[in-house]
Amino acid sequence: MPFSLLKYGLNKDYPFEQNADLPAPSALKSHYDVVIIGGGGHGVATAYYLAKYHGITNVAVLEKGYLGGGNTARNTAVIRSNYLTSEGVKFYSESVKLFQGLSNEFDFNIMYSRRGQLTLAHSDAAVRGFRQRTEVNKHFGGKTELIDPQQIRELVPTLNMNPADQPVLAGLWHIDGATARHDAVAWGYAKGATQRGVELHQLTEVTGVTVEQGKVTGVETNRGKVSCGCVVQAVAGMSSVVAAMAGIRMPITTYPLQAMVTQPVKPFLDPLVSSPALHCYVQQTGRGELVFGGGSDPYPLYSTRSTMDLKESLLAHAVELFPFMANMRLMRQWGGLTDMTSDYSPIMGLSPVDNYYLDAGWGTWGFKSTPICGKTMAELVATGKVPELIEPFAMSRFDTFRQVNEMGATAASH
Amino acid sequence: MKIINCPLNGPRNSSEFVHGGELREMPDPNNCTDREWAEYVFYSDNQIGVITEWWLHAPSGYWFIAERHTGSDEILRTYDPSEIFTKRVEFSAKAESSQSEEITA
Repeated sequence: MPFSLLKYGLNKDYPFEQNADLPAPSALKSHYDVVIIGGGGHGVATAYYLAKYHGITNVAVLEKGYLGGGNTARNTAVIRSNYLTSEGVKFYSESVKLFQGLSNEFDFNIMYSRRGQLTLAHSDAAVRGFRQRTEVNKHFGGKTELIDPQQIRELVPTLNMNPADQPVLAGLWHIDGATARHDAVAWGYAKGATQRGVELHQLTEVTGVTVEQGKVTGVETNRGKVSCGCVVQAVAGMSSVVAAMAGIRMPITTYPLQAMVTQPVKPFLDPLVSSPALHCYVQQTGRGELVFGGGSDPYPLYSTRSTMDLKESLLAHAVELFPFMANMRLMRQWGGLTDMTSDYSPIMGLSPVDNYYLDAGWGTWGFKSTPICGKTMAELVATGKVPELIEPFAMSRFDTFRQVNEMGATAASH
Repeated sequence: MKIINCPLNGPRNSSEFVHGGELREMPDPNNCTDREWAEYVFYSDNQIGVITEWWLHAPSGYWFIAERHTGSDEILRTYDPSEIFTKRVEFSAKAESSQSEEITA
């Protein structure tokens, strides 16, 4: 037995208090320079970069549940940048680069694991789309290739090359594709932010936003009123509901997305495999479990319930891709909420209310953008200027019909 | 599977239906501003509560209206659109002038 453990065993004080990664809960102050609504990955990442790069530490992150307990814990932890538009590829590539250095930066293992991501084409149209994505990605320095069925067989020998009578014609092989532990990303950012003086208030629900003369001046919470210089809203899955408190209407529709995980087995699947035509993506975690996700539910809903019919069709497609999986057992299944925009790009930046910044519309692409999102939102808050990287994602793009059409690039088609 | 009560065909499996979005009033396409049109096509309330929305029963090609709670997924009522739309909606676009109009994007 290590002596330190023995020491803790004989200690009268609860050792957790001295060694905690996060400080103990404190009272809410009456004023903060920045209030961040939502203590998920995006919220704490924004707080972290505000403190680290801009020296702004009078910041409160208000979370109605617990740290990283919302959609940060419900996504399937895919990291990739093989998108379709130049705006998207530039943005997500920066995110992948930041992810690669996070464990070192935090001194905390986020279990980042670069596996490569393979997207399957089952039609000539999909092959043409992949060709375009390959070239766009290469142009911006990404590592993406179009590969043929023989190469796919070598990469994933267990894959059925003719699933559901839709032969695999080609694959989009994204070498930078990766996965990481999503909880750890939120924990790492929260630890780094609180060490620099940011306050994280869990079980603190924002119930109202005070707007005076078109400018946000404070928020109401279940623990009292707080005045603030500015507000960042980072509440994936509840964007329209929270924005409505500030009187903002958004171009978002919220759908559930269902996923599940099997019992652990020996490692056999290195890359992350997805098939847009079969509405299914599969990956094996470091523990050996297989994680599946599909497309969003067919109609809008604010509920994370599961439905038999969607689970059934998702599993049927997964078994088509990897037939031997029919004998495996499911361990868990769950749903998350996806704030879908009509062009499948996020909504970031300014809002119609002064000093109220939006980080919303994260549909099914929120986790993979956590670091770059935190960094650019922090820059926006600190300088008041919209960083070039997120300019195309302004909400006002819908008013001028300048959408950033990322529709062809979702891992499971929607 | 969830059962939806179609006003024309009775209770059917939800897989036979296609969601058509929240019912909203269309501004006059010939006279509204770009912002008003964007508001109509892209923006939505998207709140938790009872909403009125379009549904299509795909096998019979029949559109109807449902009142559904977006938190509990409970369908309170389904009815024929004739309850709301008492006369035909005309979509007459301006034939020629729309092309000469400058796009203000």
